[in-house]
Order: sequence, then structure tokens, then C-alpha cells
Amino acid sequence: MAKLNVNGSIMDVQVEDDTPLLWVLREHLNLTGTKYGCGIAQCGACTVHVDGAAMRSCAMPVSAFDETQKIVTIEGLSPDSSHPIQQAWLALDVPQCGFCQPGMIMAAAALLANTPRPTEAQIREEITNICRCGTYNRVIAGVQRAAGSSAAG
Amino acid sequence: MNAIRNPSRRRILGTAVAAAGAFTLGFRIPMPGEAAAQGTPAAAPASPEVNAWVVVKPDDTVVIRIARSEMGQGTLTGLAQLVAEELECDWAKVTTEYPTPGQNLARGRIWGNMSTGGSRGIRDSHDYVRKGGAAARMMLVQAAANAWSVPAGECRAAASVITHAPTGRTTTYGQVAEAAGRLPVPTDVAVKNPADWKIAGQPVPRLDTRAKLNGSQVYGMDLKLPGMLNAAIHACPVFGGKVREVDSAEAERMPGVKRVLRVGDYAVAVVADTWWRAKTALDAVKITWDEGEHANASSASFEAVMREGLEAPQAALGNRAGDAAAGLAGATKRIEAVYGYPHQNHACMEVMNATAVWTPERCEVWTPTQNGEAAHAAAAEAAGLPPAQTEIHKIHLGGGFGRRGAVHDWVRQVVDIAKQMPGTPVKLLWTREEDMLQGRFHPVTMCKLVGGLDAEGKLTGLTMRISGQSIVAGIFPQNIRDGRDPVVFQGLNASGGEADIGYTIPNLLIDHAMRNPHVPPGFWRGVNLNQNAIYLECFMDELAHAAGKDPLEFRRALMANHPKHLAVLNAVAERAGWGTPAAPVNGQAVHRGLCVTHGFGSYVAACAEVSVSDAGDLKVHRIVAATDPGHAVNPQQIAAQVEGSFVYGLSAALYGACTVKDGRIEQTNFDTYPVMRMADMPKVESIILPSGGFWGGVGEPTIAVAAPAVLNAVFAATGKRVRSLPLQQADLRRT
Repeated sequence: MAKLNVNGSIMDVQVEDDTPLLWVLREHLNLTGTKYGCGIAQCGACTVHVDGAAMRSCAMPVSAFDETQKIVTIEGLSPDSSHPIQQAWLALDVPQCGFCQPGMIMAAAALLANTPRPTEAQIREEITNICRCGTYNRVIAGVQRAAGSSAAG
Repeated sequence: MNAIRNPSRRRILGTAVAAAGAFTLGFRIPMPGEAAAQGTPAAAPASPEVNAWVVVKPDDTVVIRIARSEMGQGTLTGLAQLVAEELECDWAKVTTEYPTPGQNLARGRIWGNMSTGGSRGIRDSHDYVRKGGAAARMMLVQAAANAWSVPAGECRAAASVITHAPTGRTTTYGQVAEAAGRLPVPTDVAVKNPADWKIAGQPVPRLDTRAKLNGSQVYGMDLKLPGMLNAAIHACPVFGGKVREVDSAEAERMPGVKRVLRVGDYAVAVVADTWWRAKTALDAVKITWDEGEHANASSASFEAVMREGLEAPQAALGNRAGDAAAGLAGATKRIEAVYGYPHQNHACMEVMNATAVWTPERCEVWTPTQNGEAAHAAAAEAAGLPPAQTEIHKIHLGGGFGRRGAVHDWVRQVVDIAKQMPGTPVKLLWTREEDMLQGRFHPVTMCKLVGGLDAEGKLTGLTMRISGQSIVAGIFPQNIRDGRDPVVFQGLNASGGEADIGYTIPNLLIDHAMRNPHVPPGFWRGVNLNQNAIYLECFMDELAHAAGKDPLEFRRALMANHPKHLAVLNAVAERAGWGTPAAPVNGQAVHRGLCVTHGFGSYVAACAEVSVSDAGDLKVHRIVAATDPGHAVNPQQIAAQVEGSFVYGLSAALYGACTVKDGRIEQTNFDTYPVMRMADMPKVESIILPSGGFWGGVGEPTIAVAAPAVLNAVFAATGKRVRSLPLQQADLRRT
């Protein structure tokens, strides 16, 4: 039994304590935007926000969380895909297969929240998510574009 | 600024419902062929099709049917552009849908080949999809002309509006679509000259981006059917091995577990209410394997076999000109080198998965596949049912790269599991570890090259003996004739227009000694062009160096008869500034390397700029790439494919190697099988040079120029020839 604060709602889930947060989100809360890629916190496809910080949910047991921690998934990033990162991604056609993009977008959004005008070096250093299609250069351009628009707005 | 809004609980429920809704909508759209094939009435009223490729709804929404699979490469958008171009419809109102393999079968393969590999999506279907769009336009115009009782020749169509020029009357596609669908489909259909394209050829945004921004895109992994159970699987890690004994007592007592099953004679699956519980219980199953005859195989033992092949008297001929032996004998300088290319895993971001329901009467499977028809055949065989009683629902792929095309091992597995639980939907999801160990790997080969130079440094002869694995022998053995795999010579062929060598070499012999290890091969993005481009293009660099010539000039001297190869090579050399020193980066000297090749019908070249520190740290700074695909249907998506190709190709060059010990693959996840991340990503400048007159693919050819261009630049930087991958294992320290 766990009590979680996900996308602004308190949720009760019946689940073994050692179940990774990722699988609680996917299988118990039907929030399948957060992806399984590796299960060992390597690839970042499972990235969510916990109190505003990007975190890989595949290797964190649900018992590590309680209702005081605000978990935000890709489904809760914005109500209408209006987050500056989502808008920049749309403008630049960033995704290819798109599978890693929920994690990539969450990592990028957390970076911008903490570092509103990141340098290219910071973007490269901070976003370590894996994309096999190879969207990296458009991801970098997208973060820069979003940084510009969020600064302007 | 950047405030993260907290949506209400209603929003969460709404998302879940929306996801389920997407599923329902995605797979319940009745199509005429489907209803007829199953002999059941359509579940809901649907707009009739104009023809097989086009449905127009009363609100003028145009649904274009796409037979190939979208896996990120943009074929969904590109094919829709080609149909829309001829249809003269309003691009803003275009949507797409996949016909199913079962419908394709029932309608005599009206949508043609569904295979999405070999960079063939557009180049192999452009003709009939454009004609499909043009035929639909003719039918819509005819329907309007009939309604107005005027000759169709007096009517014009543009942006989904039909105008009768003499009277100025107009109507829309949506208004005449139903009548158009009752007209005969014209057979004499002309298509536009690409010079007149307005939608095709334009860098329009992809049609599938929005759902990929908010988590609503449904991948196979995300499917949920009512009453569905989840399965995790573990197959014998040694290929060819079998299950000897299973102790599942502990696992069967674990929460949520429904069944512990054998899958074929080589795997064990646990079925539970959730996948995490199935996976956790599977870890508790004690399996004893009969590892079979390959239990002691290793990369070293296979290298010994390949080295024997490098010298073997028998080999299958690939390309021959003049007399190579005589050319080498007459040389004043003889250069020799042995290269190698390792096994590699595709490592799609989405691991293999499928969902199936089996009853004695019918089997349905939902899966991400590059080849719906091959998945259909595999499912029917595993189900023990005729294809007409089996159906595949294609789901958007989280990467394919060849893993999800020719072999559908995971489809057979899910059907085998579902068959043991009749009527219950079961989703099978592999772990990343299973995906790494049970891959269909990039073939492993070696190559011995011998070249001769005369006193002026001109090439007098060249031999290339490739030894090693054949993909075709592993997957389509029926296509091997007299021990010859025709695909193994990609990029080295004398002619054919598909994958030809770009040099005229007076005395040449290229052959292949097939040596197949027990590790199963697969078509891996770029296929055999990957290793062949390294072998030929790095050795060209070695020859140029031995001749004391500039690598660009040495190549150009052999390329007079290969103008399209030359054009892309010249383009990258010019843009990169070949012949002028590159500006240092952070105090490190920057060096360049070149590569040119031809594959999947397109001509590609790259110039890489790298630096290597005294400590041996390699940095790839910039790559200039050129592509001549004949016709460019969506230039911004071609650029995306070219950029992505360097991520895939450089991952392979820098990090990618799957090694074998005790008969099994040693790398199990991204910690032991690293791939390129953003920190390593070079700038990529993509030059698109569509010269017209042919149709080439773009998803794969550029992969092959990544490694050779970097390896040649590494030599320029260090004087060290790296002849085996991955590069990260090479010692590049300055000595």
C-alpha cells in the first residue's frame, strides 16, 4: 500500500513496497507515457519530476515516496502540451520514433526550471538520456529555443 | 515562467480514458475489406473509401492509408505527401491509418509489400502510391462532373476543392467522396513530374509529432486490453540451447502469478496480473539449461574460424575486373591490412513486445513490427490457424533498425503463450537483458585487403577477401545460391544501381568466404554496407598514404566513371574545407577524414573532424554529410535521418560490440553496451543533393559513412590505424 502525489492528485495504490515507481505509474495508474527502457537508471526513458527534479523512476522503489513528494509525469507536464519545451519540440519536429521523448522532455523541462538559460555545454552535460534514433542535435536546439521563448515570456 | 501546472484528478482519469480510447479508435475502425473478409457487419458507420489508398470524410478530412511501418524514419509523412500531392487535397486535413496485414491478404495485396526495411518505404512504393492518389483525384473529379453533367476535363481540383472552370461552380472532396467511391478505379493514371511538386519535396512537419510530446502516443508496450495478463520471458542464453528442468514452486506462490509456462523447448515464461510481478517471479524460477553444442563458443573461437576463411582457397565471387593477381605482382609497393567488424545489438529503445489473444477459431496479435505480413505469417504458423483466421494489428514502433523486420521470434513466443491460455489476452514484454541476449545481431566479419601501387603511386590492383557471417544464410537460406550471398557485397558491386563501388580499379577481386557462427544474424540498420564501407574506405586512405597522395585526390583519380559518387564526395570536401587547416578546438588540433559510398540506392559521403588529446581522448566535433537520394520527398526529414544516422553509426564505431563467452552474449544492458549520448554528439551539416532520375533510400546509407570518416580522421590525427571496433578500446595516446 502506497500513497502518492502524482500530477497533483493523491493516489492510493496496492502494491509491493519494492515495486519501482515506473511500474506503479504504468501498470497501476495507467500513466504509460513514462517508458521502460533499461530498468537500471541508464537510459532515462522513465524520467519523471519529483519535487521539480528529474529522476529516473525505474530504479526507485515506491516505498521511497510518500504523498508529500510531488511526482509529475509527462501527462502532467502541461494540460495542453503548452510547456515551452513541448512547443519547441513541436516547432523543430524533434521526435523520431518518439519512445524516449517523454523522458527527454521531462529531463529538458527540469533543466530549464533549474537553469533557465543553459549553455550548450550545460545541455550536453545535464541531459544524459539515450535516444537511439538520434534526435540529440534537435534536442539541443529545442532546449535553446525553449530557453529563449521562456525568457521572453 | 516554466510553472508546472498541477492538473486535477479528473485530468489523470481523463488521460487514462484517453489512452484506452486511443486504443479502441485505433483498432476498431472498420474497413470495407475487413468486414467482407470476416463476413461480419461493420461495427460503426464509416466513410467509404474512394480507393484503397484514400478515404475522404464528409468534413473533408482525408485519411491516407500507409502500408509501411512508421518507426521514427518519417515514412508515414513522406508517403502521405506523395499520395496527397497527386490527390490535390488540403494537406492540413490529412490523417493516416494502417491497413492490417489480414486486410491486405483478403484484398489480394492491394496495398503491396508491407515490409519496412532496406530503406525501401518510399523508393519501392512511390510509383503505386502516387498513382493511388492520382486515381482517387480522377474519381473525385469525375463524381463532381457527373453531378454537374459536365465533362470531367472542364473541372480542376486543388486543395480538396473541385471547380468547374466555365461556370465557376465548386464542390469539395467530402461532398462527392461517396459517389466517387462507386466509380470504377481508373487504370490509366499519369503522375506529376517531380519538378511540379507542391506538397511532396517540401520540408513539411511530420504528421505524428503531437502525440509524441505528451505521452499519448501508444506503443506496443503501452497496450492494455480488458482482462489482459502480462508475461515475462527468459530464453536459453546460449542460442540453440533448451530448457532441461524448471523449478517454479517459489515463483508460483508469489503475488499475482497465474502461470509458469514453457515456450517452445527453449524458454520459460511467467504470466501474472502485472508485468513487474511476472518479471519478479521469473527471477525466482530456477531453470536448468541444456546449453547444447555451442556452450563453449566464444568470440575468440569464431575469430579463428574467420581468419582461416581469410586465406581459404574457396570463396564466392563478388566483383572482378582485370587480373588482380597480375596487378599486384606488377606493383612496386604492396600494402596489406586486416580489418574486423563485431556483432552488435540493435538496442531499440522499446524492447520487443507483443499482445495476443488466441482461441481455437481466431488469433489476434498487436505488435510493433517493420513487416506486418511477416508478423502475420509467423503468428498464423505459431497459432496453428490459417492466415484468414489470424490478424496482426501494427502498433507504432519504439525503434526498429531491422530488429523488428525479418524475424518475429517475439510474436511466435506471445502466440505460444496465449495458446496455452485460450481466450485470455496476454502481453509479452522482454526485459532489456532479454533484448540484449536474444538479439539478431549485426553480422561479424573480417576482411583482408591487399593493394598494389606503381612507381607513380597509382593503384595497380586490389583484392578484398571478406570472411564471416551471412545474414541471408541465417534468415533466408533459400536465397543462397552455390554458397553465395548476394547481399554481402553491398557497396562493392560492379553495377546494379543499388550499392555499387565508386572506383574504377584496373585489376580487382572481391570475394566472400562464408563462415557462420551460432549467434543468429539480423538486418541491422545499414546492413552489410557498414563493414564494407569501413573495409574499402579506410583501406583507400591507407593506399593514399602509402602513395604519398592526398586521400581526396587519390580517390578522385579513380572516380571519373562514377560521377554521382564523386559529386557527393566533392560536396563534403568543399563544405568542410578539405585542403585548408581546420581551426583548433580548445587548443586541440582538428583533423579530417573522408568516406564515400553507395547503398540502398543513394550516394552518400561524409567528412569528419576530430581531435585526439595526448592522453588519447577522441572527440568528434563536426561532420559534413552529403546525400543524393535522386528525389527528396521531405528534406527536413532526410536531414533528421542523416543526423540520426551519425548517432547510430558513431555508437557502433565508438562503443558497439557484443562479445561471446561460454556461448552467450556478454553485454546485458546499456551499462555494458554503451551507446552515444548527447555529450558525444558532433555538429552535423547535411547537404541534400537530389540529382533526379532515380529513387534512393535515406534511412540507412549514411550509417555506413560514419565510422570510416572518423577512423580516417583518427589516423590523420594520430598516425594510428584502428582496424577493429569499438574505437573506445583502441589506444590513441600519443607515444
